[in-house]
Amino acid sequence: MRTRVIEATVRALMQAETRLPSWVMQRIEEAASLETNPVARSHLQFMLENVRLAEEGSLPICQDTGLPIFHVQMGRERVLDFSLQDAIAEGVRIATSTIPLRPNTVDPITRKNSGDNTGPGMPDIILDHVDGQSLKITAYPKGAGSENMSLVGMLNPADDPYDFILKTVSERAANACPPLFLGIGIGGSFDLAARLAKRALFNMPGNSPQELQLLERLNHLGIGPMGLGGDTTVLGLKIETAFCHTASLPVAVNFQCWANRSATEVIL
Amino acid sequence: MTEFHLRTPFKAEDVQKLNAGDVVFLSGMIFSARDKAHALMREKGAPVSLEGAALYHCGPLIRGNTVLSAGPTTSGRMARYTEEILARGVRAIIGKGGLPGAPFLNRAVYLAYPGGCGAAAALQLRVMGVHCQELGMAESLWEFEALEFGPMIVAVDSHGKDLFRDVRRSAEKQMTR
Repeated sequence: MRTRVIEATVRALMQAETRLPSWVMQRIEEAASLETNPVARSHLQFMLENVRLAEEGSLPICQDTGLPIFHVQMGRERVLDFSLQDAIAEGVRIATSTIPLRPNTVDPITRKNSGDNTGPGMPDIILDHVDGQSLKITAYPKGAGSENMSLVGMLNPADDPYDFILKTVSERAANACPPLFLGIGIGGSFDLAARLAKRALFNMPGNSPQELQLLERLNHLGIGPMGLGGDTTVLGLKIETAFCHTASLPVAVNFQCWANRSATEVIL
Repeated sequence: MTEFHLRTPFKAEDVQKLNAGDVVFLSGMIFSARDKAHALMREKGAPVSLEGAALYHCGPLIRGNTVLSAGPTTSGRMARYTEEILARGVRAIIGKGGLPGAPFLNRAVYLAYPGGCGAAAALQLRVMGVHCQELGMAESLWEFEALEFGPMIVAVDSHGKDLFRDVRRSAEKQMTR
């Protein structure tokens, strides 16, 4: 079983790094066909061409092959007699040398690179227990350009969370490789809001009236692909909420670039 | 919006004729440098001549001598070095997300390469040399030969125009509406 987890991890990373999920490609294709700004349209077409080249050559779509983040959904009936963290880490090490991935993880203080994309706290595994006995591993490699622009705001309950989101995107989008996908966490505590925002990225895209309205408002900002102007600023967003303290309003915006990479492997 | 096919090193007239919004494809030598290479150059000087050079904000993924993926990194992190890099003779900074425009006035341009397009960029670059390898793959100063490297948009020109600033201002206006 440990070997199957390691192999599934390598396969999920290979898939995630070299091709995009079909729904993500569709969103970019739709945007390219509707975009009215010529520079923006040519950028969207170049992004699509880049994904095709990556797929053909089994090349990483982006040189920032990301931080190793995984969403694991584990059947309650499944018992593991090994460390899931260690097995996925082993898969990351193998993927780093075989795909290959750029070595990205460093000690935060000394900045020394481990060379294999693992280290204390890495990979980051978000674990859910679900019915049944299957083990579902989703690789969600996360680039720094978009992650660096992400923000948690501890708002006053009298503030409008949507104003905060609009302001955050308008100030920060250009560095995050737009058109963007946005994971938004509203409520909870300081850290829960951030985790909700990350989980929102896994549950993309949202289709509620509030989510669609926010999407429209954000696209009216005119930031466009790579921040150079255009109709296409956000390709999708999802809002996750949790109850919060009556005196608090935490809001987290987790930016994701247009290359919204992820791939899932299921072990039955 | 004019399309230019240029060769490095940049001449003064190359910089002069580019206007914000123009499209550039670049051939010839370009150098990659990001956070640590910039810090090292501040401390010890540049290991290569940067006269007329194009400096690429990029931390590439390379195996052996083959560039596998090499799109731009966020230039904003290197903003603190713009003045001294341009003083060393660099005439074009390539990256994504933009840089404050003032240091570029009358001497240099900022070229935006589409972010996340690492595979496409890799196919336009060949490794010709490497410096500061002790900094690791992503942070080393790589010498690339570029072949029609682009499309890049002139986002900051040498005449005071800055597309990123214009888009940001217009977004702010849109928000207060």
